[in-house]
Amino acid sequence: MDNKIKVSSSPHVRVGSSTSTTMLIVCIALLPAGIFGVYNFGVRALLHIIIAVAVCVASEFIFDKITKRPVTINDFSAVVTGFLLAMNVPVSLPLWETALGGAVAIIVVKMLFGGLGQNFMNPALGARCFLVTAFAADMTNFNCDAYSGATPLQLIRAGESVNPMAMLVGRTAGTIGETSVICILIGAIIMILFGIIDLSIPASYIITFVIFMFLFSGHGTDSTYMVSQLCGGGLMLGAFFMATDYVTSPITPLGKIIFGICCGLLTGLFRCFGANAEGVSFAIILSNLLVPIIEKYTIPRHFGYVKPEKEAKK
Amino acid sequence: MENEKKTGVYGERLLNGLIKENPTFVLMLGMCPTLAVTSSAINGLGMGLSTTVVLILSNLLISVFRKVIPDGVRMPAYIVIVASLVTVVDFLMKAYFQDLSASLGVYIPLIVVNCIILGRAESYASKNSVDASIFDGLGMGLGFTCGLTIIGLIREFLGAGQVFGFQVLSLEWFTPISIFIMAPGAFLVLAFLVAIMNIVRKKMDEAGKPLASPAGCITGDCAGCASLSTCTGKAVISETVETKVKEGGEES
Repeated sequence: MDNKIKVSSSPHVRVGSSTSTTMLIVCIALLPAGIFGVYNFGVRALLHIIIAVAVCVASEFIFDKITKRPVTINDFSAVVTGFLLAMNVPVSLPLWETALGGAVAIIVVKMLFGGLGQNFMNPALGARCFLVTAFAADMTNFNCDAYSGATPLQLIRAGESVNPMAMLVGRTAGTIGETSVICILIGAIIMILFGIIDLSIPASYIITFVIFMFLFSGHGTDSTYMVSQLCGGGLMLGAFFMATDYVTSPITPLGKIIFGICCGLLTGLFRCFGANAEGVSFAIILSNLLVPIIEKYTIPRHFGYVKPEKEAKK
Repeated sequence: MENEKKTGVYGERLLNGLIKENPTFVLMLGMCPTLAVTSSAINGLGMGLSTTVVLILSNLLISVFRKVIPDGVRMPAYIVIVASLVTVVDFLMKAYFQDLSASLGVYIPLIVVNCIILGRAESYASKNSVDASIFDGLGMGLGFTCGLTIIGLIREFLGAGQVFGFQVLSLEWFTPISIFIMAPGAFLVLAFLVAIMNIVRKKMDEAGKPLASPAGCITGDCAGCASLSTCTGKAVISETVETKVKEGGEES
């Protein structure tokens, strides 16, 4: 992507950002949640992150070599994919399954569709859904040294009480990177300050989700319930880091809001009426599939463009 | 001389069905059973063989009656022939292969509407001699059987660690990648196999031995042709259609 040059008439605006700097900032923004995950779940979480990143970068390198394309690992997008994938697996998952997920993310979801910019769904989430379908038992087993038993969302579903404060800090069971809302928000603020993401997708996503839960969950007026639904599961991680993926979210301003609403509605549907307690990843990849349609109908009008009047009936 | 020519046709038909126009990997026909029943190799093999039997017999009958079936009602006529044959096969399987019949379920009766069978009836058996049609059905059926069995083998191996029902990977150390015996796995395996087939065909083309020559384009009626998806000649036809449309538009 870096070496594409478009020639157009002056004046030219020069922007210092490139794919690699953008991806690097995303990596830095992921670090707080990642570090907390390692602190929370132990060294094995670090192993997951290292393996996922290494496998993602290696599979991109090997795929580029086999298909004789220019090697694209310098844009750090594979690092981000690997990092995000590791954030999305429970710490007790066998390490080879994480590695398989990394290979699926890069080779099946990203490179086979043409590489960065061409993939139709978020590679990390695609791989997460692959793993959930392939190893359902391992992917929903949140027992580890630090915590035993269910995630907050599963507890809520079972009708038990949860501690919203612990969920905010992140001292709960869950996948490696999803537990600490504070760390994810720090990362989100970093990305917003650097102009990597804007708030339209996360805001419309979360607001839609809150409205949906208020109307349909049956506990809408219970503020503890609402806070724990917001802080539990992958909602924050998904809204800020994965729904905002450039490639798989709409580019038009209105489209971004519609996309966020789709994510929010689907997440609410899955959480309220689905078979599982969690539904963020499936909601986002389903919305990813709607992106071409959303973009088609939300293209902004050209400056000075007048809608052609309908031909008068003869 | 005559005999040699005939055996040449038979061999060509067999090879055509198995490789050149393999219904699963090249023509992409009969996708419904391909995706639905291939969760194990034995299911794939059973489905493939029962389709082969129906295909050979239907090609035979349709070729025999090709001059008496009126053009306007040829589809209902084909369906009646195919449905009678499928009923026979269904009853035979229920009598002699109860387990297989139970696991294939509704997909055996659904062979009636399998587009390979109607496709071969329409594009080959209704225009060619009886003996060539039989071999066409045999080739296509074996191609379908091979395709289904290969998909079934891969899915069963990865998804359960078994080959034809025998546990080859011990469950003590192997975690079955169960996505492969579920529906998404069928799509993944099929996509990879088609991709591999396309690579092979590309390599053969480059080596000067093209696999996918438009075989048996008799009428030029592309809309009803079974090999439309692979035919290299159709580009010419669609271009002429486009230019015709353009010319027409300018005139009005």
